[in-house]
Amino acid sequence: MSKLANNEREVVISATELTKQFGDFIATNAITFEVFRGEIFGFLGANGAGKTTAMKMLCGLSTPTRGRATVAGFDVSTESEKIKKNIGYMSQKFSLYEDLTVTENIRFYAGIYGLSIPVIKEKTAALLQQLNMKSQKNVLVKALPLGWKQKLAFSIAIIHDPAVVFLDEPTGGVDPITRREFWEMIYAATNRGTTAFVTTHYMDEAEYCNRISIMVDGKIEALGTPADLKSKFNSETMDDVFLKLARNAKRIGD
Amino acid sequence: MKQFRAFIKKEWFHIFRDRKTVFILFGMPVIQILIFGFALTNEVKNANIAVLDYSKDAKSIQLIQKIDASKYFDVYSSLNRASDIDKVLKSGKVKMVIVVPQGFTQSLEAKHKVSIQLIADASDPNFATTLFNYGTSIINDFQKQYFIEKIPLVVTPEIRMLYNPQLKGAFNFVPGVMAMVLMLVSTMMTSIAIVKEKELGTMEVLLASPLRPLLIIISKTIPYLFLSLINITTILLLSVFVLDLPINGSVFLLVILSMLFAITCLSLGILISSSTNSQQVAMLISLMGLFLPTIMLSGFMFPIENMPLPMQFISNLVPAKWYFYIVKDVMIKGLGIGSIWKEVLVLFGMTIFFLVISIKKFKLYLS
Amino acid sequence: MIFAKQLTKSYKTKTEEVKALLSVDLNISKGEMFGVIGPDGAGKTSLFRILTTLLLADSGSATVNGLDVVKDYAKIRQQIGYMPGRFSLYQDLTVEENLQFFATIFNTTIEENYSLIKDIYEQIAPFKDRRAGQLSGGMKQKLALSCALIHRPVVLFLDEPTTGVDAVSRKEFWQMLKKLKNDGLTILVSTPYMDEAEQCDRIALIQEGKILMNNTPEKARASFTEPLFAIRSDNMYKLLHDLRDVNLVNAAHIFGEYIHISSPFINQETIVEELKLKGHNQIQLIQIDPSIEDVFIKLLTHLESHEQISE
Repeated sequence: MSKLANNEREVVISATELTKQFGDFIATNAITFEVFRGEIFGFLGANGAGKTTAMKMLCGLSTPTRGRATVAGFDVSTESEKIKKNIGYMSQKFSLYEDLTVTENIRFYAGIYGLSIPVIKEKTAALLQQLNMKSQKNVLVKALPLGWKQKLAFSIAIIHDPAVVFLDEPTGGVDPITRREFWEMIYAATNRGTTAFVTTHYMDEAEYCNRISIMVDGKIEALGTPADLKSKFNSETMDDVFLKLARNAKRIGD
Repeated sequence: MKQFRAFIKKEWFHIFRDRKTVFILFGMPVIQILIFGFALTNEVKNANIAVLDYSKDAKSIQLIQKIDASKYFDVYSSLNRASDIDKVLKSGKVKMVIVVPQGFTQSLEAKHKVSIQLIADASDPNFATTLFNYGTSIINDFQKQYFIEKIPLVVTPEIRMLYNPQLKGAFNFVPGVMAMVLMLVSTMMTSIAIVKEKELGTMEVLLASPLRPLLIIISKTIPYLFLSLINITTILLLSVFVLDLPINGSVFLLVILSMLFAITCLSLGILISSSTNSQQVAMLISLMGLFLPTIMLSGFMFPIENMPLPMQFISNLVPAKWYFYIVKDVMIKGLGIGSIWKEVLVLFGMTIFFLVISIKKFKLYLS
Repeated sequence: MIFAKQLTKSYKTKTEEVKALLSVDLNISKGEMFGVIGPDGAGKTSLFRILTTLLLADSGSATVNGLDVVKDYAKIRQQIGYMPGRFSLYQDLTVEENLQFFATIFNTTIEENYSLIKDIYEQIAPFKDRRAGQLSGGMKQKLALSCALIHRPVVLFLDEPTTGVDAVSRKEFWQMLKKLKNDGLTILVSTPYMDEAEQCDRIALIQEGKILMNNTPEKARASFTEPLFAIRSDNMYKLLHDLRDVNLVNAAHIFGEYIHISSPFINQETIVEELKLKGHNQIQLIQIDPSIEDVFIKLLTHLESHEQISE
């Protein structure tokens, strides 16, 4: 993955001085960063650091006040519709319809992204096979264990082969084995060329990312691989790195 | 006692810090009374009518003047030919035509019998019935005024009418609105308030505290009982001073029995909250399960006598029906406890029943 | 202080019976900080609710401070502090009003026990007139803890107190708990996060209603006897699959930037050589001490293989 130097790699997300201001309050303050194809990028920050605002802009849900950002080659201010077609989104909290069956959920989301019926059929079969959920295909999602739900939600988020998949605290609360199975799925997807953009405030989740950015008070205060950051901040764990940065935060939550 | 006070204070904060709640609690009763009182009224004022007077003698002119002088009618035009009746009704300017036959005074004095025709535009049957009723009563008045001896005076209505129950008592809606508002405040708001604590998880903390479950219930309901009292007062004041509806019976009795009904509603609210876990469901049950039956089966909108027998039977299970009878009897008819004790007893029995079940169902434990 | 014997609880749904707890035993001493560690749905909340007298067990018995959870529930409710999974505060009441309310329902006042919550409450005191709903996760957590402590309980039950809270607040929270423990409070805390296990005196690892291990964190880690290595290369995804193909490795699991591998007969050089042959560069292999998470994974793997056998 990291064989190529950064300047040779294909940029999938690029933000330049990206800013969002609400009245006097600058939620996201001129952040600049790049995310490459096939990368797992961890986007970290304390509560209220401006993570959510930044992510909303990248998803085309909110227009920047100043600055520029492109996702999969499309401008977030002017081409938000194209962006939405090229990204996937998964959050631990609300992704699947609990009262629909596994197959119905797959078909619904595939339909939203405009996949044709033969493709949907093919994808559904492949997905059930891959997740080993054939016998559960007509089970209501609410009856599935949490770990299965999360794996299913992730598979659905990337059903349309998006350029970027946004993951919001994807593995909170699951057992360690399921969690690893989940990360293996993310590895497999990024290995196929999808970029994973992970927001979380659990540092142990952050350790799985190739590169991490840490936001404090609307600015990116640190960016690098977990190993780089740990040596830079003289810390043994990412938790420690984060604490050193976030302790100086002036904003108190949102 | 301190716990109790603190709890009620907290409930008070919940109620007054949510604008929507405040609006439902205080705005709804006023709006409902005003809507029913003014917008949906059956009362007729200054309706335009036409007169076709074939006699044009002293008594017929007197009669027409009397009709014109009443607050219900304005004589808009005098017709000369029978063929004009249809024309003027169709034009819509006139809602009713009164036809006085030839030799009105003479016929009355000699034969003691005369036919006056009232022809109304029955495209709005309710309105036509009202006109007809008012017209008839004015003519009856006229008859009593001029002919002291009881002489049968025959008025022939030529109106095809649908039976409209609402006319039986134009002030049906005040007792109806009182029942509805108490249901809204006591049942829906209480059940939502309790379920909200479950939804937020605060119920878990309350149950794990030394607070006795009974105290939790009572403290949650007391503020709503108090608010019900305020609402009853508001409605009564509005109906007396804005709608000119007199309270013919004892105000004290009326308020006491309204509180009884409020407690019935509260216990229903607790019952609902003990069997649901989300505010949404609690609201749906309150609306569909209690509100609709209250409107449909209490006799407020539709007279129970006209319902099919099974429905009449079911209507007995609707608490609002009994309360509706009580309010009508005390407020409008001015009756005392002696004539409504049966209804009061039924309501009382229902309250005890609901209270016992709901307190039993409100568990010491979660789920 | 807390004693549980063969606690069993199951819930019936329309189609099946979900077993939340399967014969759980616990013995927690006075002044101990005990962690119940396991994923969502492992049975942590059911266990907490039984011990806080909010739920009746199907079978088994439990006591808190010598009082039976069924018979003496009223007495227990006076002596315990409980913070449920979600921060159970009144969102439309201010910080101070919340605390005041909880103090009163426990028949006490803020002043009476202020010394106990002083350190915690002072951090949120500047916002005492703010509604609880407008606080950040970390501040809500502190307020909820203050509310649970206001009546000076003898046992504190904290069900997933650090879920949904950022790293800084989590760290502060554990520091507060340590201080409370040093003051003699018995604390039972649950968490899905393995890295928090180290903060406890003793831990129980729980999965699917069963306690897999009940020990001190040190002894739990020591139970992992096989040598454990962390390895990385320039292509982690390929590395994972290659490692699993190599017969020399027992288990390979992703662990952040590394993959943890274990085997009783691991030979470092052989592995590195073999991986080089498969085209890996920048291979890094170091022996490490197992973490609680490694232990949990191993226990889970055993559990699954046993289940497969019994099936």
